[in-house]
Amino acid sequence: MSTTHLGMPAVRDDSHDTGLPTYSPAGQGNLRGATSFPKAAHEKLLDTQLRRNLGKATGIIRGKRAGVVAELDDWEELRLAGSAIKADVMARLPELLEQLEENVTARGGHVHWARDAAEANRIVADLVRATGADEVVKVKSMATQETGLNEALAEQGIAAWETDLAELIVQLGHDAPSHILVPAIHRNRSEIREIFLREMPNVDPALADDPRELAMAARAHLRRKFLTAKVAVSGANFAVADTGTLSVVESEGNGRMCLTLPDTLITLMGVEKLVPTWSDLEVFLQLLPRSSTGERMNPYTSTWTGVTPGDGPQEFHLVLLDNGRSAVLADEDGRAALHCIRCSACLNVCPVYERVGGHAYGSVYPGPIGAVLSPMLTGISGPDDPNASLPYASSLCGACFDACPVRIDIPNLLVQQRAASVESHPRPTAQDLALRAAAVAMSSPGRFAAAEKGLALGRLVAGRKGRISSLPWPLSHWTDSRDVPAPPAETARQWWARTGGNDDEQEGRA
Amino acid sequence: MSGAREEVLARLRAARDAGAPRGGVPPVPRDYHRSGSLEPGGREVLDLLVERVEDYRARVLCAGTDDEVAAAVARCLDEAGSRRFVVPADLEQGWRPRIGDRELVEEHPSAPLTVPELDALDAVVTGSSVAIALTGTIVLAGGAPGQGRRALTLVPDHHVCVVRAADVVETVPEALARLDPSVPLTFISGPSATSDIELDRVEGVHGPRRLDVVVVG
Repeated sequence: MSTTHLGMPAVRDDSHDTGLPTYSPAGQGNLRGATSFPKAAHEKLLDTQLRRNLGKATGIIRGKRAGVVAELDDWEELRLAGSAIKADVMARLPELLEQLEENVTARGGHVHWARDAAEANRIVADLVRATGADEVVKVKSMATQETGLNEALAEQGIAAWETDLAELIVQLGHDAPSHILVPAIHRNRSEIREIFLREMPNVDPALADDPRELAMAARAHLRRKFLTAKVAVSGANFAVADTGTLSVVESEGNGRMCLTLPDTLITLMGVEKLVPTWSDLEVFLQLLPRSSTGERMNPYTSTWTGVTPGDGPQEFHLVLLDNGRSAVLADEDGRAALHCIRCSACLNVCPVYERVGGHAYGSVYPGPIGAVLSPMLTGISGPDDPNASLPYASSLCGACFDACPVRIDIPNLLVQQRAASVESHPRPTAQDLALRAAAVAMSSPGRFAAAEKGLALGRLVAGRKGRISSLPWPLSHWTDSRDVPAPPAETARQWWARTGGNDDEQEGRA
Repeated sequence: MSGAREEVLARLRAARDAGAPRGGVPPVPRDYHRSGSLEPGGREVLDLLVERVEDYRARVLCAGTDDEVAAAVARCLDEAGSRRFVVPADLEQGWRPRIGDRELVEEHPSAPLTVPELDALDAVVTGSSVAIALTGTIVLAGGAPGQGRRALTLVPDHHVCVVRAADVVETVPEALARLDPSVPLTFISGPSATSDIELDRVEGVHGPRRLDVVVVG
C-alpha cells in the first residue's frame, strides 16, 4: 500500500529568517476568513438573490467559454504545453526570478522582495510616500487583494482608487470580492445602481440599471482620477524572465490608463507568475482569455519592459511576493497549485461555488483553486482553522480539472489537503476514528468479511421500505438530511464465493 | 531590503529541492499550432481578420491604395463627428485625410502633448505592427513608425488604426515571433469593453469607445 507524501518541510517558523519554506503568517492579508466553510455556506445558501445572480452569471460565462474553446482544434495541446511550461518554471523558480530581476534592472526598473503580505504593503506604502503622492490608482490585482494593500495604504493616509469596474463596485459597496475575475459577480444590475447612487459623487439621480449606463457612470467617475494620477499600483498576469517584460491582461482600458499615464508604476506580483521566455506567452495569451472571459482575446493586453524614455511611467518598481508560496513550492504535488493563471474557469464550472458564492470561502481565492491554494499558502493550524474546512468544499466531481487551462489536478489536491486537514487534529475526531476503523477493516480480507456480517443488521433497520431514515448519533448527522439504502442481502464477495461468477440469475439481489 | 531578497531566494531554493518531482521535469510538448495554415497577408487571412474584428463591434474598411486609405480615414472621422485628430509625426503621409474643416495635430517625440491636450482631441490615427486574424487582434508597438507612444492611442475617445495586409498573420505564435518585447506593446481586440455587470458584455469603458480599422493592400 502506498502512502500519500505530503512533502512538509521541517521548519516553518515565520518569526525570523530560517531560509526554509514558510507559510503566509497568520493575521496578515486576506487568505483566511473568520468562519468555517460549512457555517458560511449555510448562511449564503439562504440568500436567494445571491443564488440567482450567481446562477445567471456563471451560466453565461460557461456557455461563452465552451464556445471559444471548441473553436481551437489544438486546445488540449495548448493545455499540455501550459502545464509543462509552468512545471519547468517551478523547477527553476529561484534562477528565473534572478534572471527577471537582472533584466528589469537593466532596463531601468527597480526590483524589491517581500517575505510576506505586511512587508509587501510596507514596501509599496514607502514607495508611494517617496513620490509625495497621497493617492494611487489601481489596476485590479489579486496579489494586492491578498496582501490587503488598500487597507494598509489607508492606514498610512494614502487613498487607493480601484479602477476596474467590478473592483470599483466592491470598493464603493464597502464589500469584499467574491470572484477572481469579476469580484462583484454577486451583485446584479439594480444592486449596482443603488451602490452608485449612494456612493458616487455627482452621479445623475436618473441613472438607470442598464449595464451600459452604469459603465458610463464609472467612466465619468474615474476619468479625472486617471488623467491626474501620479502613481499607479498594478498586479501582473505574466512576467517574462528572459526579457524582463511584464504583462497585464484586461478589458476596460483602466489597466492601460494606470500603466501609461502616471509618473510612477508599482507592480506587486506573486513569485510564481513567471514564464521563462517571450515565446512562452504564445501559449498563455491563448489559454487565458478563452478560459476567463470566454473571448478569443481580451480587449487589451499591455506589455512593458522596465522604463521606456518618452513613453509611460519613468519610474517602475516591481515587488516580488513570497507570502506562503515557498511552502507550496516545497510540496511535490501541491506545487501545481502555483501553476494557476487566475482565469477563474474552475469557479464558473463548480457546482459548489455556483451555489454559495465566493464569500463563503473566506479567502480572496475562492472556488476550487482557492479551496486548495488558500490552506496551502497559510498552512492548517488545527481543526478550528477556517481554512481546514476548505478542502471539503467540493463534491470532487472533477469539472474544475477539465476546465483548468493549465491542467491543475484540483480534485487530487483537494484530497491531499483533506489529509493535511486531518493531520492537523491534535486529538482524533469522531470522523477520524470512524475512518481509522474503516482503514483497519479494509486492510485485511478476513477483517473485511467480518465487518460485512454486520450488514445484516442494516437490513433489519431498513425494514420493508428498504431505506434507513434515522440512525443514532453520530450517524444521525448523515441521516438527518439523507436516507441510506438498505444493504443488499448478499455482498459481492459472498456472491462470488457462492457462484464463482457463474450466476446469471443474481438471486441474491432481493 | 537585501535581507528580504536573500531570505526569499533561500526559501525558494530549499522549496525547489524539497518538492522536486522525483521523475524530473519533462520537456515542454509544443504540439499546438505554432503557425497557421493561411498565408500571411493573403486574401483568406484578411477575410478572417475582418470577420473577427467586426465580431468585437469594431468597424472595418478595406483599401487598396494610400489614397483609398486617406479616404477611408476621412470617412471614419466624419461619421464619428471627430473633427480634431492627432497623428504621430511619422505617420505615413499618404494615409492622412485632406484637412478640410478638420484640425490635425502632429505629435513629435521631442514635444509630447500633455494629458489634458490629449483629452481635448476627438480622435487619433495610427498605423500598427502586427494583426492576428484568428483573434481579431491588432498590436501597436510604442515608438514604432506611425504608432506613437501609448498614451496617444489611449486618451482620445476614437481610434482609427491602419493595418497593412503584409502584417496580418493567422495565429498568436506567429504574431509574437514578429514582435520586439523590449518596446511597450498594446494588443487591441475591439473597443474597450466590460463584462463586469452580470457578465454581460458592454463596449466602451475607459479606453477608446470607438475603434475603426482600415486594412490596406
